[in-house]
Amino acid sequence: MIARLMTLLLALGLALPALPALAQTGPLRIVIEEGVIEPLPFAAPDFVAENAEAQQYAREISRVIASDLAGTGLFREIPGDAFISQITSFDSPVQYADWKAINAQALVTGAVSVSGNRLVVKFRLFDVFSEAPLGEGLQFGGTTGAWRRVAHKVADQVYSRITGEGGYFDSRVVYVAETGPKDQRQKRLAIMDYDGANVQYLTDAASIVLAPRFSPTGDRVLYTSYESGFPRIYLMDVASAGRRALEDQPGTMSFAPRFAPDGRTVVFSLTQGGNTDLYSLNLSTGARRRLTSAPSIETAPSFSPDGRLIVFESDRSGTQQLYIMPAGGGEARRISFGQGRYGTPVWSPRGDLIAFTKQHKGRFHIGVMRTDGSEERLLTASFLDEGPAWSPNGRVIMFSRETPGAAGSSALYSVDITGRNLKRVPVRGGASDPAWSPLLP
Amino acid sequence: MTPFTKVLLAACALGVAACTSPGQYDRGGLGGGAGEFAAGSPQDPRSMAYFQQTIGDRVHFAVDESTLGDEARATLLAQASWLMDNPEYSAIIEGHADEQGTREYNLALGARRAAAVQEFLVSRGVSPARLRTVSYGKERPIEICSAEACYAKNRRAVTVVTAGAGA
Repeated sequence: MIARLMTLLLALGLALPALPALAQTGPLRIVIEEGVIEPLPFAAPDFVAENAEAQQYAREISRVIASDLAGTGLFREIPGDAFISQITSFDSPVQYADWKAINAQALVTGAVSVSGNRLVVKFRLFDVFSEAPLGEGLQFGGTTGAWRRVAHKVADQVYSRITGEGGYFDSRVVYVAETGPKDQRQKRLAIMDYDGANVQYLTDAASIVLAPRFSPTGDRVLYTSYESGFPRIYLMDVASAGRRALEDQPGTMSFAPRFAPDGRTVVFSLTQGGNTDLYSLNLSTGARRRLTSAPSIETAPSFSPDGRLIVFESDRSGTQQLYIMPAGGGEARRISFGQGRYGTPVWSPRGDLIAFTKQHKGRFHIGVMRTDGSEERLLTASFLDEGPAWSPNGRVIMFSRETPGAAGSSALYSVDITGRNLKRVPVRGGASDPAWSPLLP
Repeated sequence: MTPFTKVLLAACALGVAACTSPGQYDRGGLGGGAGEFAAGSPQDPRSMAYFQQTIGDRVHFAVDESTLGDEARATLLAQASWLMDNPEYSAIIEGHADEQGTREYNLALGARRAAAVQEFLVSRGVSPARLRTVSYGKERPIEICSAEACYAKNRRAVTVVTAGAGA
């Protein structure tokens, strides 16, 4: 199922300036913070197939790279029929004038070779207007079955070199695949590439499953299932799909699990006698610790990236609001003070922002705020948006959007944290509750 | 579509074992406790059908509330007395929420509603050992329009009786 990708980060050792090129701040720099209005035009001609077996991959790989880049909203692809030059050999000098003439500011060239089930992709990125390579040429290797991952790795390099931010294309999303109308909805855990490709189902539709969450290394998933007839949290190994229940006390429900950054602790909600509080569980010792003790609802916990704090939602004030407390429990500080209700907080991987779901005047919004509650910014608005999940680089948020009425269904959407580039993630069928993996190794 | 136009959950009529776990409703896509006919005749006071249809197996709640209103308390009084008269049955109380709310919160809210019903029944003499609760949050609506008429029916706690005296 998951092809094990062997990544070789081999500098090609060509006569390219190394650090000076990376440090350049020419026209190719996109500083996302400033709010990009005009996407940067780039050309990604079909990669050169270095042997016959590579032919079927060469074009597809450049298509995936172009789609990754254009999909960010920060880049715009110049279509191939506008090209003056063609790239027929990886090592031929670039005719900068031909690419300038069509206003391609960035040029991505590459070559693919295949031997048996091994595939090697080389690429170079050029800053056309500076007439210079941007960074060194690189090569990535993998199995032919993992060709899309190799393409995503190239795109991550291009994105990173131009924006100065970490990439997010070589990553996966675990989510709940949905079929059927609202009153007979079937749910299965599923995992896919971040862009909706390579969907695999991890459970059947026999039981309701909810809100899967990745471990910090992406190899395990926590989720809630009604397998026993009652909601309980489970831990699944992604590669084998083997699972075990973490909580099995009769008369209780457990849900809303999430990993601590150390991957060894799980925080979750436990309901007993109608009251829901937060607990943590040490996965190696099985030791459980109660973190909150209030008659209100405490749920949707999420750790800060340093593991020291937990943001969660509580209705202790009378409505759902966001609070931060120490990871071991203790006094909680309310951080949401705007109008409406705030739920499902998720700490950004950079640590600076908290994404949330907000309900106000019958509408749902995905938003972000600073960890002290300031600078609240609503990114979306609809009948029902909920459950934000951060991209590994903290630039993009994926969430569920349910449409109203008898024919309503749920789909995954993504939006940049600037509020731009809202779009539907192309997943066949209904989908909800996304969680984004870290960047894959 | 009314709930009662749905297919009979045959398993409940044929064997009690299949009815003791709410997990059964996950299979086959039937809404949990939504509209299946219970066994027996609604005219037979000792039947599950009588409990479900004549007494009424469900109570409703205001938006974001788990407080029992007068109508709910009247229904639950009758449920409690039926359960006292029929000790060979136990029950699972399912708490539900409408779709206006986030998933986790609605799970917790459904649990509050189920617990409110459980506490009331216990206060009227039903042994806690015969009652279990489960919350479906917003996962199992019975009405699917996105309007208050449907939401009001979905904000519910359903007492699903099953043969067996409980734990």
